[in-house]
Amino acid sequence: MALKGLDIFKLSPKKNCKECGSPTCMAFSMKVAQGAVSIDACPYFSEDAKAAMSEATAPPMKTIKVGTGESEYTLGGETVLFRHEKTFVSKTRYAVAVCSCMDDAEIDAKLAAIPAVDYDRISERMFVEMIYVNYSADASTEKYVELVKKAAGLNRVLILGCEDPEAAKAALAVCKDSKPVLNGATPANYEAMNAVAAEAGVVLGVIGANNDELFDNVAALEKLGNKNMLINACTDSVKSAFATAVQFRKAAIKDSNRTCGYPSIVNVAKLAKGDAHMQAALASVFTMKYGSIVVMEQMGYAEALPLYGMRQNLFTDPQKPMKVEPGIYPINGGDENSICLTTVDFALTYFVVSGELERSGVPCNLIINDAGGLSVLTSWAAGKFSSSSIAKFFQEQEIEGKIKCRKLCIPGKVAVLKGELEAKMPGWEIIVAPREAVQLVKFLKDMQ
Amino acid sequence: MPFTAKSGKFNASINTLTIGTGDKAITLGGENVLPFYTFDAPIENAPKVGIEITDGGMENEPECIQKCYEGCTTVVDMAKAAAAMEGVEFLSLRLEGGDPNGLNKSTEELVQIVKDVAAAVDLPLVVCGCKNVEKDAELLSKAAEALDGRNALLLAAKEENYKTVGAAAGLAYKQVVGAESSVDINLAKQLNVLLSQLGVNGQSIAMNIGTASAGYGFEYVISTMDRIKAAALSQNDATLQMPIITPVASEVWGVKEAVASEADMPEWGPAEERGIDMEIETAAADLVSGSNAVILRHPASVVTISKLIKELV
Ligand code: B12
Ligand code: SF4
Repeated sequence: MALKGLDIFKLSPKKNCKECGSPTCMAFSMKVAQGAVSIDACPYFSEDAKAAMSEATAPPMKTIKVGTGESEYTLGGETVLFRHEKTFVSKTRYAVAVCSCMDDAEIDAKLAAIPAVDYDRISERMFVEMIYVNYSADASTEKYVELVKKAAGLNRVLILGCEDPEAAKAALAVCKDSKPVLNGATPANYEAMNAVAAEAGVVLGVIGANNDELFDNVAALEKLGNKNMLINACTDSVKSAFATAVQFRKAAIKDSNRTCGYPSIVNVAKLAKGDAHMQAALASVFTMKYGSIVVMEQMGYAEALPLYGMRQNLFTDPQKPMKVEPGIYPINGGDENSICLTTVDFALTYFVVSGELERSGVPCNLIINDAGGLSVLTSWAAGKFSSSSIAKFFQEQEIEGKIKCRKLCIPGKVAVLKGELEAKMPGWEIIVAPREAVQLVKFLKDMQ
Repeated sequence: MPFTAKSGKFNASINTLTIGTGDKAITLGGENVLPFYTFDAPIENAPKVGIEITDGGMENEPECIQKCYEGCTTVVDMAKAAAAMEGVEFLSLRLEGGDPNGLNKSTEELVQIVKDVAAAVDLPLVVCGCKNVEKDAELLSKAAEALDGRNALLLAAKEENYKTVGAAAGLAYKQVVGAESSVDINLAKQLNVLLSQLGVNGQSIAMNIGTASAGYGFEYVISTMDRIKAAALSQNDATLQMPIITPVASEVWGVKEAVASEADMPEWGPAEERGIDMEIETAAADLVSGSNAVILRHPASVVTISKLIKELV
């Protein structure tokens, strides 16, 4: 939250000595408030005043780091409630849950399924970044530690779901270097858990039965000096989980309530145990509404494909369209004699279309137009993907000199361009391709 | 010291809009808080879930949807089957067959289907066009006439045909008018203003602000809805206080993730599960962004989304 000039003036030395280059302390304070000069330009601000100011200007929501090396993730640090105000900065991360209450076969099956989902979508790797390892009091600490070791083998960030300080200590002894999260500080055990987390140097997850208890528990841990925490959305009902996720984020950002300003964990595996479709729905809800980590019972392709796509959309910068360079992209060893297809320079469109072309195995040239980084129909509606713009682009890029084949496939959604293109690009055979890229494989194979 | 949150209750609210008649009628809107923010103030009218059928024939539908309507031979059979499914609160009939570049069925033929469906089910009805603006102008106007007295929603009037659709649906037959724009707050507002200038009562308009599937430009849908709700509630902008209805199904059942066969994409697993989750996750995101109603196609999605809504409200 930005400090007002008047607030800074109240803390200023009020000497009006001009050493800072400003005529008065008041003028200086105003400039500091605007970010025009640094507070350090005045030699006389007291340390206490500076400390008070840095506290007041600290971001409303803490940035917390978990994991190490390639598996290090930043959580939180958000400054707004809605993405059109400013880009959301820390993506929601997904965890799959295992438990020491499961038998070995179940555990092995769960762990084996985790790496199965791993793919690229527009230059972003999509996979399960975390594993939630739940401790059950009904199983021994040894079994829990073995499970933690096994899970650690997958090189994901571990979240130790454990409310027993002794078991937590034993588990941390085998994994603390990978900077896991210790998730289990309740109002009953928070002092002991705080000591365990502090000793291992890991982030502590805080739990409360309801928002009041959660808030008090965070405050109590802050009093013990801990600022390295995650908060758990309540798990008694979907409604209260939603209330924690939204209300804490709102209180931190709107009301500068710093005790609420920690990233969150939402355990949808608990909220909708055994109901995979409901978990998919909730994962979507809590990606949209402020979950920093979402824990699920499983993450297969069915859940993942829409979820990761949604996350990628939500966390893009509203100011920057995702574009690719216009030009000729040979695919499957395409050369000057290979068939041409054309589309727009919107990164998503390129990604989808080139993926299907690769899958077809047919050598071809994908010609990407300069269409302002918009999708096919959007750019067509905006006049940026028209017969004139395509013909002009082909001329500018001297495509006819580079490619001998004169067959050009256009996206089915702009089939209306066929006639005009034939008129503007003599010599070319204009072929209307299917509407959806997914139909390209069959289309190209049938054509051969 | 307990947690104290400032209330996010607004002085303005979303319009209340009823679709259908009798016991089965549904009411959308009325809330004075952001979507599902029940901690700020109670939400009286939970968002509603509808199921979509089309006249376009089963061949074009994904296999899993065909399975749900096994044994149905006519659109009326499908309508009855759909209306009996768990969680379904309204029925949406898409007149796909009207598309001049497709089956190009006549308006008379389609309006007869509308009448037959209306006679067979007592749920609130939504009639969607074929997406061709000229044909829809005629089709939706005639459908509005055929449904006189049913308080149906005609989806939708667009900038290109709002005069015809608005006059028939909104003025002549007092139905609910859908206003469809392309994912942009200014376009949504402009169309509402134009319809009002035509004489359509703002209280009987529902907006389709446009939608996308999860992963396909959905960020624009989110921001458009976020901004519309902000304008409607915090700035009391009466030209944006119409409830939002989102046809999720017609978007999601076209994308690769939902339709590619398992044979094509073996590592992705069964297509049906992918389609359902694409529909569920997109609908859930639409709802938390501000949709007051969603239109879905798979019965399993309807069950899950209506359960989600119950748990959140
Ligand atoms: C997000 C969006 C926007 C975003 C733009 C984001 C972007 N980067 O493009 C914003 C909000 C900016 C926008 C603006 C506009 N939009 Co817009 N927008 C959409 C939306 C919701 C999704 C588009 C998208 O991302 N699609 C995903 C990409 C991957 O699709 P795609 O490029 O078409 O690619 C697919 C296929 O075409 C195919 N394909 C692509 N290339 C090729 C090539 C070959 C050879 C083959 C075989 C296949 C193929 O593969 C892909 C997957 O199958 C659509 C509605 C919708 N649900 O589709 C409307 C839509 C495209 N917009 C529309 C309109 C009218 C506009 C505006 C003109 C509105 C206005 N009057 O201001 C403006 C124009 C922008 C401008 N002036 O700069 C209309 C177009 C209507 C029409 N039929 O012409 C649509 C369809 C909405 C609607 N129903 O009215 N829009
Ligand atoms: S240097 Fe410090 S004390 Fe002197 S005028 Fe500037 S702000 Fe005031």
